[in-house]
Amino acid sequence: MRLLASTFLLLLVSGAAYAAPPSDPLGSPMWADMVERVLEGGEVVFDDKVKVVVPSIVENQAQVPVTADARALPGVTKLVVFADLNPIQHVLTLTPGKSAPYIGFRMKVEQGTPVRAAAQTADGVWHVGSVYLDAAGGGCSAPAMARNEESWSTTVGQTQGRIWRDISGLARARFRIRHPMDTGLARDNTPAFYIESVKVTSSAGAPLATLQMFEPVSEDPTVTLMLPLAPSDGAIDIEGRDINGGLFRSQITAPWRQSNVVVPRG
Amino acid sequence: MLSSPVAKRDRTTGLSRRQAMTALSATLASCWLPAFDARALPLSYSLKPEKLTDGVWMIPGAQEAITQSNGGAIANITILDTKAGAVIVDTGPSLRFGSALSALATELTGKPVARVYITHFHPDHVFGNQAFEAGTIATTPAVVKGLEALGEAFADSMYRSAGDWMRGTELKLPGKIIEGGVEDFGDRRIRCLPMRGHTDSDLVLFDEKSGILIAGDLVFLDRAPTTPHADFERWRISLANLGGIPCSRIVPGHGPSEDTDRGIRQTRDWLEAVYAMISDAFEKGLDVSEAVALELPSWTNKIALARYEYERTVMHLYPKLEAGKLPRVDAQSR
Repeated sequence: MRLLASTFLLLLVSGAAYAAPPSDPLGSPMWADMVERVLEGGEVVFDDKVKVVVPSIVENQAQVPVTADARALPGVTKLVVFADLNPIQHVLTLTPGKSAPYIGFRMKVEQGTPVRAAAQTADGVWHVGSVYLDAAGGGCSAPAMARNEESWSTTVGQTQGRIWRDISGLARARFRIRHPMDTGLARDNTPAFYIESVKVTSSAGAPLATLQMFEPVSEDPTVTLMLPLAPSDGAIDIEGRDINGGLFRSQITAPWRQSNVVVPRG
Repeated sequence: MLSSPVAKRDRTTGLSRRQAMTALSATLASCWLPAFDARALPLSYSLKPEKLTDGVWMIPGAQEAITQSNGGAIANITILDTKAGAVIVDTGPSLRFGSALSALATELTGKPVARVYITHFHPDHVFGNQAFEAGTIATTPAVVKGLEALGEAFADSMYRSAGDWMRGTELKLPGKIIEGGVEDFGDRRIRCLPMRGHTDSDLVLFDEKSGILIAGDLVFLDRAPTTPHADFERWRISLANLGGIPCSRIVPGHGPSEDTDRGIRQTRDWLEAVYAMISDAFEKGLDVSEAVALELPSWTNKIALARYEYERTVMHLYPKLEAGKLPRVDAQSR
């Protein structure tokens, strides 16, 4: 109620600066707040062209697969994923550049929550797709599995990956970076420690996609992206960086373009 | 539609969700609330034993997922009459179920319970344990270990999916360890066959008198197999071994008992089919959501919960495939 009242007050104060966001089909008590904080008050429309896919059953709240797909919407400049009722709502932001506004990954949830993908087009409008994820609690407050192991610090940053030719003509990249992705909310009091950015470039140096990640992305982030790989490129370079400044570099070669691989120097 | 935020374990009181629920219902009960009284009719399981042969009964589980309408009574339970007393295989999902089961076994056999076997550590098979003496409940060392590690988490998840049917249920560990061999109950000898595959430890029981093979969850029939702790290769080997045991009838963990090996074959075919589909999806670079959306072969249409269990299996297998099969590409590995 207080939230509603404050939203109302905010609207009064801000006057005509914002159009009120459309009412949320999922009836989330956090919706207005999410528009304000995550979408920074931009114009918002609900749009079926932006799809969020989550499983119908969640057994592991620390590893919930999510696919955000705005490929049906032309001209997407940013794709933001957030979950209203998570203790940390903003999950990630993909700046796709020329790659597809598409990302598959896994996230932690603390309880059942709406999961949303907001795709911003060049005119600044946010196109939002939503789905309600039914889940038990605990994903954000459980310590990382790696925290049970002595060896996590020796495996941190290890990266595995492969790229495939997608029927769309893009290169489909799937990669997994070992990292505990501590939320800072775990019962063992481990402070937040997570990969905050992943930059994907072509081996020739052309930027392909940038990913900003937050605490809710699951341990050992495993990501699917659709990237434009110029005919002259035979590989992609990935650079992850965590909030302690750890840098994790890797390169995935396109098996169908082995002869074009540019080996980075230094 | 949206539930209020509830921490899994309250940080200030240290209460689990379950304990908090109990405390809350106690608080509510202390007020006079007629609406709650009307809804508080005690839930009760109606156990319908099917006689398989003289002195052997099976209580069929619902061919469903665990819900608030079935109270988690989804697994098959077997009762055998022996000179030494009733022998029970698996105890069901809750204290309430276990109590009803204990009463039924005594009613059918006219004797107290001499032995309870636990086939594996999954919650729909073990949470009736409280109704029995710990010393009569026998299982393998690995089942006890599994329950010690995951029993509390299973209890939380059972309370969430089965609701009030679980009232009063707590984890009770089996008190008798068996590693195999034969137990003699006077007029009935039961052979204990430790296997694995559905979980880390699956105890199969063979009644030498009737020739009935009680396969636990290594065998499913007309209900899709569950895989949260499965080792597909071990499971395949165990199924091959089960197929080599001459028996009069097979009691699967879920689904009807039959005097054929249809359950063994169907379980084998299902595991083979879904494993092939999922690893093929992985090899093609599909994302989890895309793999989940794939169409199942038409022969699985008649299998209960096929889509539901397939989706679960994708989520169980995908992380393992990614960790095990994606090649290393980081600078350290070059």
